[in-house]
Amino acid sequence: MLPRLTTWWTILRISLQERLVYRGDFALGTLMRFLPIVTQIFLWYAIFANLGTGVRITGYTYEELVVYLLLTMVARAFSSMPGLASTIARQIRSGDIKKYLTQPVDLLGFMFLSRLAHKLAYYIVAIGPFALVFFLCRNYFTHLPDAPQAAAFAASLVLSFLLGFYLEACIGMVGFWFLEVTSLLFVYMLFSFFLSGHMFPLDMLPQPFGEIVQYTPLQYLAFFPAQVFLGKIEGWALVRGLLVEVAWVTFFIVLSRILFHRGLKRYSGYGG
Amino acid sequence: MPVIEIENLSKTYRVYQKQEGLLASVTGLFRREHKDVHAVKEVSLKVEKGEFVAFLGPNGAGKTTTLKLLSGIIYPSGGTARVMGHVPWEREIAYRRRFALVMGQKNQLWWDLPALESFRLHQQIYRIEPQQYQETLDELSELLDIGRLLRQPVRDLSLGERMKMELAAALLHSPDVLFLDEPTIGLDVVAQHRIQQFLKKYQAQRQVTILLSSHYMKDVAALCQRVVIITGGEIKFDGSLSGIVDRFSGQKLITLQLAGDEAPKNLARFGQVVEEQLPKVKLRIDKANVPAALAQILDEHTVEDIVVEDPPLEEVIADLFSQVQTPVGND
Repeated sequence: MLPRLTTWWTILRISLQERLVYRGDFALGTLMRFLPIVTQIFLWYAIFANLGTGVRITGYTYEELVVYLLLTMVARAFSSMPGLASTIARQIRSGDIKKYLTQPVDLLGFMFLSRLAHKLAYYIVAIGPFALVFFLCRNYFTHLPDAPQAAAFAASLVLSFLLGFYLEACIGMVGFWFLEVTSLLFVYMLFSFFLSGHMFPLDMLPQPFGEIVQYTPLQYLAFFPAQVFLGKIEGWALVRGLLVEVAWVTFFIVLSRILFHRGLKRYSGYGG
Repeated sequence: MPVIEIENLSKTYRVYQKQEGLLASVTGLFRREHKDVHAVKEVSLKVEKGEFVAFLGPNGAGKTTTLKLLSGIIYPSGGTARVMGHVPWEREIAYRRRFALVMGQKNQLWWDLPALESFRLHQQIYRIEPQQYQETLDELSELLDIGRLLRQPVRDLSLGERMKMELAAALLHSPDVLFLDEPTIGLDVVAQHRIQQFLKKYQAQRQVTILLSSHYMKDVAALCQRVVIITGGEIKFDGSLSGIVDRFSGQKLITLQLAGDEAPKNLARFGQVVEEQLPKVKLRIDKANVPAALAQILDEHTVEDIVVEDPPLEEVIADLFSQVQTPVGND
């Protein structure tokens, strides 16, 4: 076990170092991710301002909506995996994947650790702006989670990271069959943007759509953690929600393994 | 027991055939024609421990495919192979720890970081003991003369320097079997020579089993006792370098140094006159005719010097390669 841990630690460390090579790009990329949330807040501000004070849109006040968006931003910081699927597909196409077939190291495990490193680097830099935004909006938070809710929120964030990782890994594995996954990835991004609740709260949707989106795994990437924080899912429903998320994570872990295994059977070693 | 045992190994690729033009591109969206390319055809081979074997062949001959099969990157279409008792394409971790693959056109190091970081990673994933790691690294740095480059980002190294780093990375775990795919491709003559020297020395010291694929004769002549010639996915020859000349060239090269203003008298009747720069004449004569021709020539001319030699290896092999009309496979 110990040698395995030091291997993991080395991979983590080296990925972190690599991440920090292009400092300018990294800092800019990290900070720019705050732009969408700012535009979103302004957009909703404009909508609410036009409707008059104290108005609710499908049950949400302006303040509640801002809090919801901030929480999904936190969730996305865990669940979004920029460049993961395209990296896997590119490695398949260029033949760089050979490294993971001839060296005693597992592709998915390696990718997982380097993604973890990327996330850590991101959190270290982003925690400042995050804290600032939350501080500025502190008065909007009328509900703060109690200890069990906070724990459930933390669990849902960790699970959303796992779900996001293995879901995108599966899309990347499709590269074994199609070599080019850009379009597929675009479709996924589009769906995930709306159906994860990143754009607006999913319970704003009219029936039957509101009901249908509850059955996709995408809601766990943003909507579900935010609901947990806000205390809108409680008791048995919360436990059930977390269990379903665990089931989805397991499903995509197994699927990514199957796709990897099958893909390799097909793989003929493109690119020299 | 042989380290590498291959029997009737075959690999067939299915390749999408696209006709020229836009219309064909559109129809290609719905119906694709495939062609089977037989990259490796029923190859059988045995390699003993400590042998340094060269795969020689033109582009697309099946050299790289064979190495890919032996490193477990691809599955065969037929046949069996065992390397140190392992079936390569099962990709057992135990097997992966015992061999290394270096591809001249592929970069396995972390591009933006110093090579030393990649080496440390290798130390971990191959579970190399710290003391052994340090010793091997010192030894390799000295042999390859890379000590001062270890802390530079890999992207800043020259191609030759990078190749040395690739080799060092691949050898850190002291593999028992080493597969080298065109390790000197794109390097200048000096860098090529250095890599050859290193491989020679390293192999002699460690008695590693090495399979090297190349189309540079120089690599092969410098390094390998045994040569396997592959063309069109099949083994055409397996033996020593000098054996190639014996087997595939039925001719000798004769250089005459004629005396004074002696004029050559219809030398073309013995064979082909390759070069005539009086007083020097070069002839190519069938082996069987050499004694008779020499006697006649000496009889008719005053000759100051005679050299009888085998034709250059490059020429023999170039002839051999060109006999194969349609190269197949991907390389």
